Amino acid sequence: MHELNRVYVWEFPIRLTHWISFLCIIALSITGFYIASPFAHAYSTNQYIMGWMRFIHFVSAYVFLMSLIIRVYWAFMGNKYASWKVWFPFTGERLRELIGDFKFYTLISRKHAHAVGHTVTAGLTYFFVFLLFAFEIVSGFAIYSLTQKGFIWPVLGGWLLSVWSIPTIRLLHHLSMYLIFVFIGMHLYIAWWLDSTEKNGVMGSIFSGYKFVAGKE
Amino acid sequence: MEKTNELSSQFLEVLKYHGISRRDFIKFCGGIAALLGLSELYIPQIAHALEKAKKPSLVWLDFQNCAGDIEALLRASKPTIAEIVLDVLSVDYHATIMAPAGKQAEKSLQDVVKNQKGKYIAIVDGAIPLKDGGVYACIAGRTAIDIAREVCGNAMATICVGTCASFGGLPAAKPNPTGAVGVREAIPGLTLINLPGCPMNAENITATIVHLLTFGTLPATDKLNRPLFAHGKRIHDNCERRAHYDAGQFVREWGDEGHRQGWCLYEMGCKGPEAFYNCPTVKYNERTSWPVQAGHGCLACAVPNFWDTMTPFYRRLPNVPGFGVESTADKIGVGLAAATAAGLAAHGIIRALRPKGEDKEES
Ligand code: HEM
Ligand code: SF4
Repeated sequence: MHELNRVYVWEFPIRLTHWISFLCIIALSITGFYIASPFAHAYSTNQYIMGWMRFIHFVSAYVFLMSLIIRVYWAFMGNKYASWKVWFPFTGERLRELIGDFKFYTLISRKHAHAVGHTVTAGLTYFFVFLLFAFEIVSGFAIYSLTQKGFIWPVLGGWLLSVWSIPTIRLLHHLSMYLIFVFIGMHLYIAWWLDSTEKNGVMGSIFSGYKFVAGKE
Repeated sequence: MEKTNELSSQFLEVLKYHGISRRDFIKFCGGIAALLGLSELYIPQIAHALEKAKKPSLVWLDFQNCAGDIEALLRASKPTIAEIVLDVLSVDYHATIMAPAGKQAEKSLQDVVKNQKGKYIAIVDGAIPLKDGGVYACIAGRTAIDIAREVCGNAMATICVGTCASFGGLPAAKPNPTGAVGVREAIPGLTLINLPGCPMNAENITATIVHLLTFGTLPATDKLNRPLFAHGKRIHDNCERRAHYDAGQFVREWGDEGHRQGWCLYEMGCKGPEAFYNCPTVKYNERTSWPVQAGHGCLACAVPNFWDTMTPFYRRLPNVPGFGVESTADKIGVGLAAATAAGLAAHGIIRALRPKGEDKEES
């Protein structure tokens, strides 16, 4: 049995943005679903269902954007586990680790590369997940900019209107939601699996910030 | 309003001949000022310009079109409006409605281009095919592009009516067999305004011509060369069914209870949220109605490639290419999510069933 050390891995801004994003994605998905195909119909014109759904969607959208900005800021200001460098594991050694991870996740091998923060695969995955979030934000603000006159919305997303037609942007905004669902499914599954087999406190770490690591780190 | 009292008795006679009272005429000028977003202080100026206009020539070129725009103009609401404008202008060439034919007709076109260089208005209706040297639209032995270069190139201003002349429209829809394009793309650098729409709104063409006669310039336009007075506002934001949208009352099937109640057509594929046009306020045919009022969703007909990008017209979102006609974004999304769930479940089962052994961590 190794001696376990408690290591502070996820600093406060990381945990905060994680849970804000979590709440935002739930709110954005439910309201986005309603905007896409209104599942509840009003029985009276006094109601304001679509109005509220859109309002909540847009408020959560702003919060989601802020959360992403804080996260990216922390990639430059935070500790080494939060650094942007883990998103680009392209050195020779780390690429070899990627192959090891691949074998581990496809159940070919039982060896799992040790990492206190993110494994190589996780780092790379989060790079694409952040891109996906950014795309959702840009495409969302592109649609939003149709009715918002001003300088900021063209910058946040309006420029996309000269790349694709509006229905295409809506389609991609819509389809990307399902890609986020795919990520969430895998994210929960892997977290639960590793938490139950490796006992280093992956699940707990996103609440407390601490992981349990063998040896000193 | 004083200046308008100065309408000459001669002009009033002309109006009277057409059965238009002075009051009707001023109302018409007021309507145009409102449409252009001008203050009522401009009404005298407009009235004056129309009275004094020295009958500029107008030629109307028909290329790849369905004659829908001229239909719309001839049905122009108040026939008197069209009459006023047509009377102020001298329509010297118009393939669909002119009296002369054959060589005579072509001669009148040539006369205008030669004798009135830089002074006449060219209206283009229909797309211009460029493929194979432009042979897919020829009039009197000349290709459309050849005619357009000469006629539009020498005009004071070119007005493209309808989506085909503006952006290629239906002839340019995929696979665009004739290589059709709009005038702006076919002949860059013209003094040009686009009045797209399928068909274009006759009131907007009247207003544009009145603006040109009153101020000597074309009205302010957006990036697509469409006048802001007509394309500055989103249909969805001025739609009479908007309250039903915000409330959450939607038509789900043609002829259902909601449809009879006049609820929002969003779920039936209405593209009002994507379209910028003044249909909800100006409407068609003497402000009688417009598609959404008549119970049919907007098609967003006034943008480039609308036939390709705004379809299917009766669904909210486009089809996903490569997945067959019937697949919608949601079917693909649900399939994707289900495949992920199934994959993860299988992964979990295999993991549980494989020979026992500790997962090892490497350092
Ligand atoms: C996790 C992130 C998000 C998800 C899952 C999501 C989901 C959705 C979905 C499914 C739709 C319906 C699309 C359609 O079928 O036409 C939608 C619409 C929309 N979303 Fe998002 N969205 C997200 C983030 C954002 C953001 C950051 C913005 C930025 C403002 C945004 C703005 C919009 C707008 C403007 C609409 C159209 C609403 C309308 O037409 O009134 N979304 N969203
Ligand atoms: S009918 Fe069309 S334009 Fe009118 S509110 Fe509904 S979606 Fe918008």
